[in-house]
Amino acid sequence: MSSPVAAVGGASVTFGAVRALSGVDLAIVSGEAVGLVGHNGAGKSTLVNVINGGLTPHAGSVAYDGAEKGLSGVAAARAGGVRCVFQELSLCPNLTIAENARLMHAGLAGFGWRSRARNLVEAKLSEIFPGNRIDCAATVSALSIAERQMVEIALNFLDVSGPPQLVILDEPTSSLDSTLAGQLLAHVRAYVSGGGSVLLISHILSEILSTSSRIVVMKDGGVVANRPAGDFTVKSLVEAMGSVVRDKAASGERAGRDQAPLVIDLPAVRGGFGFRAHKGEVVGLAGLGGHGQTDMLLSLFRARSGNWLPHGPGDIAFVAGDRALNGTFPLWSILRNLSIGNLSALSSRYAVDREREAATGTAWKEKISIRTPDMHLPILSLSGGNQQKVLFARALSTAADIVLMDDPMRGVDIGTKQDVYGIIRAEAEAGRTFIWYSTEMDEICLCDRVYVFRDGAIVAELTGDEIDEHHVLAASFSGAAA
Amino acid sequence: MKTLNTLLSRPWIWSWLAALATFALTVIVTGGASTFGLAQATLTFAAFSVLVGLGQMLVITLGPGNVDLSVPATITLSGTLALKFMDTEPSLILPGLLIALGIGLLVGIGNYGLIKLLRIPPIIATLSMSFLIQSLAIWSNRGLRIKPPDALATFSTGSIAGIPNMAILALVVSLVVWWLLDRSICGRWISAIGQSPFAARMAGIPVDGTRFFTYVICAVLAALCGYLLASFSGGAALNMGAEYLLMSIAVVVIGGSAVAGGNSNVPGIWGASLFMFLVVSMLNTYGFGAGLRLVLTGLIIIVVIIAASRKTADR
Repeated sequence: MSSPVAAVGGASVTFGAVRALSGVDLAIVSGEAVGLVGHNGAGKSTLVNVINGGLTPHAGSVAYDGAEKGLSGVAAARAGGVRCVFQELSLCPNLTIAENARLMHAGLAGFGWRSRARNLVEAKLSEIFPGNRIDCAATVSALSIAERQMVEIALNFLDVSGPPQLVILDEPTSSLDSTLAGQLLAHVRAYVSGGGSVLLISHILSEILSTSSRIVVMKDGGVVANRPAGDFTVKSLVEAMGSVVRDKAASGERAGRDQAPLVIDLPAVRGGFGFRAHKGEVVGLAGLGGHGQTDMLLSLFRARSGNWLPHGPGDIAFVAGDRALNGTFPLWSILRNLSIGNLSALSSRYAVDREREAATGTAWKEKISIRTPDMHLPILSLSGGNQQKVLFARALSTAADIVLMDDPMRGVDIGTKQDVYGIIRAEAEAGRTFIWYSTEMDEICLCDRVYVFRDGAIVAELTGDEIDEHHVLAASFSGAAA
Repeated sequence: MKTLNTLLSRPWIWSWLAALATFALTVIVTGGASTFGLAQATLTFAAFSVLVGLGQMLVITLGPGNVDLSVPATITLSGTLALKFMDTEPSLILPGLLIALGIGLLVGIGNYGLIKLLRIPPIIATLSMSFLIQSLAIWSNRGLRIKPPDALATFSTGSIAGIPNMAILALVVSLVVWWLLDRSICGRWISAIGQSPFAARMAGIPVDGTRFFTYVICAVLAALCGYLLASFSGGAALNMGAEYLLMSIAVVVIGGSAVAGGNSNVPGIWGASLFMFLVVSMLNTYGFGAGLRLVLTGLIIIVVIIAASRKTADR
């Protein structure tokens, strides 16, 4: 047994009144893949930040193998070969991929570093994601969110001045579709069997179970289980996190939905299928990531909301998936972020009624368990998953007939997902229409009707029993090989 | 202690502390001889800065790149045309005011029209607009200095219970803007757009409508300021708006509003406007030369801004 690549001993971190980490011990040795799971706000991201040197624990220690004495923080972590793929992507959007590589790897210096960087990244990208079509001369802003994630992963696996010892992957698959996620996990397994080590965080438990050799479960800032992966099943893992798996919402008998009035009816584009949605339906948008699903949602929204005059309540609402891009208002409190979608209903004579606003906030805090002591705290004090819950509450608290969802479950824990699925189902029964882009097959299977996208057009329409992984994948890839 | 801490965490408190300190330092030197006169003059001149500062604040709240540089030209044009129209005739005071406000409305529409239709950045659009307006003012003014109607001149220089009418008027406008920014739906919209226009659009906010409204409000307030300023100073002059370009932006920044948008406050505009006048009169009282006065003014402003921004970073 070699000495650990990175070891955390008794680490505690507090943010004001919030205890994010309380006395956590974790050692990772080379040649193992450690899976890290837990609820939103359990302390996973905080632990990651302690290991990668971004946060100095208020108590306890962090040690790296091979790091020189005298270094601390990020410098020590880098010297110890620790790399981190962040949940909130950390590439500079105005720079090219090669320039981003230079930022991360100081070793890419001297004459011709651009082409060297480009070649290295290209090679690594096709090693991890064979068949990808990313242009390494492009600036990052031209890439889709999935492509950015792929580039960020490849950059962290690069071997410039010494290979990485420990790669931390914080929700790496949340914006990747199942094919890309599979490629990444295969690469992780190969990398680990070659002696590297990985710390993998994911809410998709099957990924954790199939990839890790050891699983660490966190809850309320502490480690509650730390055992070989073979000891766990999906059920026991969920129980260890402290929530109970509920049966899937009965997606059986929903006949008669087709007879409900149409609320959206768009003609076919480029020889594909037209798009229809009935009142009370949950319509899924499937296909590989970045093939026009988000654009479809944006244009649906733009067509039905006013840019010059306010629309009356009860038309359309949007739940962002890329929070920082088009979801949260960073300067505002949780409450204001929640109420902004529904201000007209919370106002009398054009003035916001603060009591009603606060009451709505409290009601939704309970309803989807937003983990915060006070709704007046800044939105950025919440963990990523909890911010996402606020965006859900923003849309669902309106009277909108149509709710658009742009892959909104990224980073949301399984307990909350189940709650939100329940809410969506109940609201659909009550007559709301949901249009749901998701990269997770489980969620696509909850829909009444599914449209599969490829290259910006709808290539398949699935209903009823046709909705399964096989059909969706078949439609996503059909013709692509030709 | 807790109240003190809450008070100190307000971004506008520093402009008020600076204003009070400057006032005290001036009064100490004069030995209290002209305290009342100084207070009255400060309130009067601050009132004009407040009027343009409020409009500029709303525009700056809209986010990075949003600023209205046409404020000085609008002041000049509305003062010039309104006084020319009234031609010292007391019965035309109200129609004259409407003409001034109408000019503000047109300028606001023109500004946003340029920004939106020609997709010019606001800083360029409002600057080019300001050349158009200024030329119009020069063309219509032709060096004539027409006096305001007597009643209007008396009103604009008068006071009620020792408080200048201009200050009372500015206070009323401030209350309206405070309500708009802090209590109304529209204020939430403005602040949301300042933080993220894309997120605002996707939250169902009518982004273009709100921005248009804000630019119009700013121009109308500048026009109102021009009307009052021309009446106060006994006639319009072609350079009457000049000092309000930097003034309108300075009071927003010193008042603790975020330059990057999204977060503004009305009390700070008052604190900063009082401060800006008091600094100049303090340095005048001390008898410094013009060059030294400018250097010191700059240094004092920098100190106040640093004090205000340090506090926000600590939180």
